[in-house]
Amino acid sequence: MTTYTTTPKRTRSRTLAPRPTGKYLVIMFMIVSVCYFLTPLIWLLISSTKSNADLFNTFGFWFSPRFNLFKNLSDLFARDNGAFIIWMKNTAIYATSAAVGSALISTLAGYAFALYRFKGRNLLFGIVLASVFVPSTVFAVPLFLLLSKSGLSNSLLAIILPALINPFGVYLMRIYAEQAVPEELLDAGRVDGAGDFRIFAQIAFRLLAPGFVTVLLFAFVGAWNNYFLPLLVLSKSDLFPVTVGLAYWNSLATQPGNAQVLYAIVITGSVVAILPVMFVFLILQRYWQGGLSLGSVKG
Amino acid sequence: MSAITTTARPSRSGAQSSRSPGSRWRRFKRNSIPYLFLAPFLIGFIVFMVYPLIYALNLSMYRTRLVGGTTFVGLENYGRALQDTNFWEGVRNVLTFGLVQIPVMLGLALIFALVLDSAILHRKTIFRLGNFLPFAVPSVVAALMWGYLYGQSFGPIAQIAHALGFSPPAFLTPSGVIPALANISVWQYTGYNMLILFAALQSIPHELYEAAAVDGASEVQIALKIRIPLIAPALILTGIFSIIGTLQLFNEPNVLTSIAPSILNPHFTPNLYVYSLAFRSQQFDYSAAIAFTLAFVTGVLASVFFFITRRGGGRQ
Repeated sequence: MTTYTTTPKRTRSRTLAPRPTGKYLVIMFMIVSVCYFLTPLIWLLISSTKSNADLFNTFGFWFSPRFNLFKNLSDLFARDNGAFIIWMKNTAIYATSAAVGSALISTLAGYAFALYRFKGRNLLFGIVLASVFVPSTVFAVPLFLLLSKSGLSNSLLAIILPALINPFGVYLMRIYAEQAVPEELLDAGRVDGAGDFRIFAQIAFRLLAPGFVTVLLFAFVGAWNNYFLPLLVLSKSDLFPVTVGLAYWNSLATQPGNAQVLYAIVITGSVVAILPVMFVFLILQRYWQGGLSLGSVKG
Repeated sequence: MSAITTTARPSRSGAQSSRSPGSRWRRFKRNSIPYLFLAPFLIGFIVFMVYPLIYALNLSMYRTRLVGGTTFVGLENYGRALQDTNFWEGVRNVLTFGLVQIPVMLGLALIFALVLDSAILHRKTIFRLGNFLPFAVPSVVAALMWGYLYGQSFGPIAQIAHALGFSPPAFLTPSGVIPALANISVWQYTGYNMLILFAALQSIPHELYEAAAVDGASEVQIALKIRIPLIAPALILTGIFSIIGTLQLFNEPNVLTSIAPSILNPHFTPNLYVYSLAFRSQQFDYSAAIAFTLAFVTGVLASVFFFITRRGGGRQ
């Protein structure tokens, strides 16, 4: 980075410019940093193939001669009468419904802000935008109290419903809709005799799809990884999402006495809990990378 | 609201009486369309954000005592919060954390983004995805994983130190715990910020750099004078979100508290303090006051940051 200079050529061959030392330093730096980001995950993956005893007796960054992954998995799924499977199921229900619901709601709202002029539009949008900057702590305690008053706490709805409201998603969808849906589309559709909701459902939504997928994906990850609200609201362990469950087992593992049994289970459980999110990110790469650029251009 | 009703209605009402009620109805219907699109969001927004906010604000002005019940105390809880050393100790901890973590994270994210946007690397996908992957890891998993990595019993860092004959470094000590937590957040969120900055860089027309290069500007000069100022809005946005996130630090210390309970105490961060006030000692009213005070501190810091950086950017 530091000593690298460009030649005034328009082609990509400017990478072959003189001063290769600077370029190699940059490449070295990038390789070291990608190692920093991946090494802990590799350690986690290797550790999930080890028994508790081997975790302590073998070197962390290499496999033990005794491959114990399948035993760990069956221990994980059997522990506390299959609690882990229930937690994964809860997380899947919670993250999927929060993602689909909040992406739909955000798309409808963003579309309205982008394509209609109506009374209170700027004020409303200002309030929505301001709410992005309010720390979620402020909402957490009153939400807990209100949810327990209404008898909703200790149900999955208690964490799904608040997650449906995603002001940042509305902001992203407004920007996306402004760029992706031409205003003439509404007029053209009306001339053809289509109602506004049919125009949205049959034409505009298709144009909005990439933005929709971006919001969906980030809402999915946010919900999958959420910890604070479920920790506050849920006290029954069979409603826990996997994050709260793993943290609970981890706190047991670090208490003297239990440690030997639980470390391997918590590590294996962590690997299983990460996989779905990584999978979703990898297969939907194209969408979210395009979508991110939107937020930042106008940001 | 389909096509059939909008076209059929005026003719039906027009046949009976004057046209005006029908057209007024039609106008009302047309005007209400955007609100119908907004309705699901707005209803949820009011129920799950606005109302809880008002509820908490009201709650923060009461105090419940064992003797005497609940009484209105006005701003008394806030006065108490301002003098609460537990709260300010937590604020000091997260500020120290932020002063370490935010510059390192955003600095790295910016360098990665600049490198990815230039033509230096060939296999960019590996770096882009590799650096981003930790973002997909739940912060709970990241915290417990790093807790094991830092650990003395089977942590690989301690293993390597033992193998080399050193005494293993202790991370979760009073002086080491903040850098240790900062490292976890840098690990998790650098890639995400990198992608936002990278996306902003990608939207700049590259002809701008090429013109500067023709004039003999070096790559570093181009980065400092052209590319970074042009993505200033994205940088400021990531900075503000980082400040907000930093002051709310909760998940990592809460997960690691079982390893180092005496250091990561229940008021180590303001959010841990809110949590323990509300759920250990049932002081919901006072915890609401603490939460609002924290929001106020956050708002002040974020605005100061915003105005300083904007003025700095404006001078360019």
